[in-house]
Amino acid sequence: MPESSLVKDGRSSSVEYGASPLRQFSQSSLLLHRNSYMLGTFCTEHNVQQCLSHINQEISSLGLPPVWTESGNSSELNIVAVLNCMYDLIQLHRRGLRTLESMEVEQLKSSSNIDHLQLTITRLKEQLELSKRENTGLLERERQLQLKAKSLQSCLKNEKEEVQKLQNIIASRASQYNHEMKRKEREFNKLKERLNQLLVDKKEKKQAIDVLNNIGRADGKRSLWKTEKTEAKHEGEMYKTLLSDYDARQRELVLENAELRKVLQQMKKDMVSILSSRKPAVKSDKPEHSGVQARSEEEEEEVFDSSKESVELYCVHAREKLTNSIRLQWRRLKSHVERLDSQASLVQMVESKDTDAVPQETQEEEMDRLKLEIQQCKDFIQTQQQLLQQLSSPCDEETASLLSNCYMLQEKERLGEEWKTLEEQRKIFERERKNFTEAAIRLSHERKAFEEDRATWLKHQFLNLSPFADSKKTPLLKSKSAFLISAETEAPEKLIKCHSDTASPTPRCVPLASASTADLYRTLCLIPENSSVQPKTNGEHVEESSMFCGDVFVQHQQWEHSEDHTPSQEKNSSI
Amino acid sequence: MNFSEVFKQSNQLCKVSPDGKYLATCVQYRLVVRDVSTLQIMHLYTCLDQISHMEWSSDSLFILCAMYKRGLVQVWSLEQPDWHCKIDEGSIGLVSSRWSPDGRHILNTTEFHLRITVWSLCTKAVSYIKYPKACQKGIDFSRDGSYMALAERRDCKDFVSIFVCDDWHLLRHFETETQDLAGLEWSPNGCVLAVWDSCLEYKVLLYSLDGRLLSTYSAYEWSLGVKSVSWSPSSQFLAIGSYDEKVRIINHITWKKIAQFEHPATVESTKTVYKEVERRPAVGTDEMSLHNITTGSTLFNTQSKYEICSLPVQIPVVKPDPDRANPKIGVSVLAFSSDNHYLATKNDNMASAVWVWNMQKMSLEAVLEQTSAVRCFQWDPRHPRLALCTGNTKLYLWSPGGCVAVQVPTEGNFLGPKLNYIVLRYRKGAELQ
Repeated sequence: MPESSLVKDGRSSSVEYGASPLRQFSQSSLLLHRNSYMLGTFCTEHNVQQCLSHINQEISSLGLPPVWTESGNSSELNIVAVLNCMYDLIQLHRRGLRTLESMEVEQLKSSSNIDHLQLTITRLKEQLELSKRENTGLLERERQLQLKAKSLQSCLKNEKEEVQKLQNIIASRASQYNHEMKRKEREFNKLKERLNQLLVDKKEKKQAIDVLNNIGRADGKRSLWKTEKTEAKHEGEMYKTLLSDYDARQRELVLENAELRKVLQQMKKDMVSILSSRKPAVKSDKPEHSGVQARSEEEEEEVFDSSKESVELYCVHAREKLTNSIRLQWRRLKSHVERLDSQASLVQMVESKDTDAVPQETQEEEMDRLKLEIQQCKDFIQTQQQLLQQLSSPCDEETASLLSNCYMLQEKERLGEEWKTLEEQRKIFERERKNFTEAAIRLSHERKAFEEDRATWLKHQFLNLSPFADSKKTPLLKSKSAFLISAETEAPEKLIKCHSDTASPTPRCVPLASASTADLYRTLCLIPENSSVQPKTNGEHVEESSMFCGDVFVQHQQWEHSEDHTPSQEKNSSI
Repeated sequence: MNFSEVFKQSNQLCKVSPDGKYLATCVQYRLVVRDVSTLQIMHLYTCLDQISHMEWSSDSLFILCAMYKRGLVQVWSLEQPDWHCKIDEGSIGLVSSRWSPDGRHILNTTEFHLRITVWSLCTKAVSYIKYPKACQKGIDFSRDGSYMALAERRDCKDFVSIFVCDDWHLLRHFETETQDLAGLEWSPNGCVLAVWDSCLEYKVLLYSLDGRLLSTYSAYEWSLGVKSVSWSPSSQFLAIGSYDEKVRIINHITWKKIAQFEHPATVESTKTVYKEVERRPAVGTDEMSLHNITTGSTLFNTQSKYEICSLPVQIPVVKPDPDRANPKIGVSVLAFSSDNHYLATKNDNMASAVWVWNMQKMSLEAVLEQTSAVRCFQWDPRHPRLALCTGNTKLYLWSPGGCVAVQVPTEGNFLGPKLNYIVLRYRKGAELQ
């Protein structure tokens, strides 16, 4: 029985696999179409009942009438029911297959639809991309066109403005022309009227000048005739004026040039010195600078050379050389300063204390120093201002009176001192003058005495010549002169006491000597008149003039004294 | 500052002699000569008609009185009051009269500018100069008085003739490249002659004394051009004021522009802006008697002082009528200070402001804003001090140190004056009527 074997197989398989007999069954039913050796594993002879109940369950679950009822103990199946059931199952199966087919067809259809749709999607996406690109392109074009439109609008506005401006200009020029034309027309009319008037007017008023008298030219010179010489002179003067102006200007320009050249040279030297001094400080940039160093050394040589050849700077080459070298130095300095700036900024960011930070620190120190200097200067200026105010403004009266003479105090003291010294000197001079006068008086005394001595000596000589020799008189001589000499010391003292003018001491001297000379005179008068009188008068004259010859006369007297004495001695001895 | 009492004068004819000793004023047909220090009347002369123009000779010995209507010129001598001289131009008429620099010749321009007659007071000789041009400034004498430049127009062309003032010998005669010459001016050193065209064309030509064209300067085309020209006293700069409200400074070495001064309505960068502020004194009802009102002293006298305004400052601008010729716009007055340091300018559409420029820094030094239009201003011949007046009773002074407004003691109102400076050290040197 193939069916029961089939069922058995099915049951056995279900007993074996238990939980999912349906799956197994469906699988096996599918396989049935292809393989026939998987049949009959569900049901075996041992599990018939179980298979029957199981199948019953399955059938009832499928909605078919049950195949087997449990009431009867008979193991015989209701064949009709089983056949019906089988038929139903076959129908179901067929239906299922049909639906499966249709579903497969549908699935195929849908998959083909999907493919189709996907193709369309990709196509549409491409189209979309394309259209987007076109869109952006169009937008771009639109934007550019808008910009162009704006620029064109602004151009148009400008043009309009310019047109307006030109129109304004034209209008103003037109009004100006009209104004001028009207003015000219008015003048023309006036001219016409005047012409008419002149033609009509009978009497013509002539030009005339009426001057009372000619006046001279302003510079007083006579006016010259107009000749070629004067014309040439005028030309010459004109050119002289022009030339002197050009000269002056050229001189100014030369001076300016020299100054500027000096400044440029100075700048160049400064820049070179700055750059050369910076070289050892910058360590990191040494390899870069090596080439620069060599060049700058050459430059330095050039600098020194050009300073020696300053005269040559007046030619174009040297001038160009100077300016080019300055430009080069300036560029180098600029790059250096930029480097320093960047280094300073790095320092600020990193905050490290390298040698690179030194420039910044020195800058700060410089700033502080400068600020301090400024403060000091300000204080100084303030104190100066205060002092000035004190000086200019009169303070209270006491201090004013105190201060009024303070400037002159030193001078006054000095003046007083000088005055004192002058006074002292004056006194000294007075004293010396008195001394001189006394000396002069003494001199006169001595002279007199000498004259008297001479007179007596002569007398004695004369007397000695005569048989009446008088040896008593000679000691008188000496005694008289001695007396006189002693009197000299007294006389100056007397003179000092009296403060009268020293011009004529003779009246005083005379009484002193007159007593002693009176006898002499008498005696002398008796014998030689001329010889005694003359010496006396001579002596008077000499006395008068002796005031002014000081030492010389004294010496002369002394010499005369000595002369007189020796001849007298000789005379005495001879006799 | 001392002010003298008010003297009557007519026609704004009041001049101080060049040597600073005398002051001459004209009243109708009388000429009054006073001593400057005592203001005593020294001489009184009577002319035949109302005096239109009065001028001192350069040596202060003679005064010229011109009566344009009658065509007469009378010359009076200070040394000999009996001396008289009368020049009658006859039917040819008289339009202007002036002295020559040597003070011995009188140049009369006849009506319609037909010719210039040169009368010599030394020899009674007459010379004629034909075809003078009737323009803004057709004659100029060089500062040392040796040359005279005259603008002429023949056959619709402009010429310049240079005469030697000694004997009126024609030194040079050349054509200028101008369309319509408006004026000429010698540089103070007498070596360069600046010639400028009418306002329809911006053109300034510089000729050397011997007639060579040194340079041409033209800032722009078509718009109205040069309005005023001034040399600096050292002949270093030539300032050109134009209708575009700008002043251009030309240097004497290259004859090219070295600076341009603009007059914007909003002043932003300057040292100081002085604004005149008027203060009317409060008048109580008791004082408002008839007597006070008639004397008018307290009611109409307003105190003025200067205030320093902070930048930016708006200057009031008056737009000129576009249809009229010679519009009131542009720099019309230029004046250099005697030491070359400052330039004072006035822009016609900002008529109440005077701009002072520092020539060493080439920047704006100060702006003086007045309450009414400035009538005229003049520099002190010795110090950098500017005096200006606006037609009221006050005199305004500016110096680098500051600004001051001084009340001039007058009775009643007071019309716009001209300023003349006296070169006196002790006294403030402004005399005005």
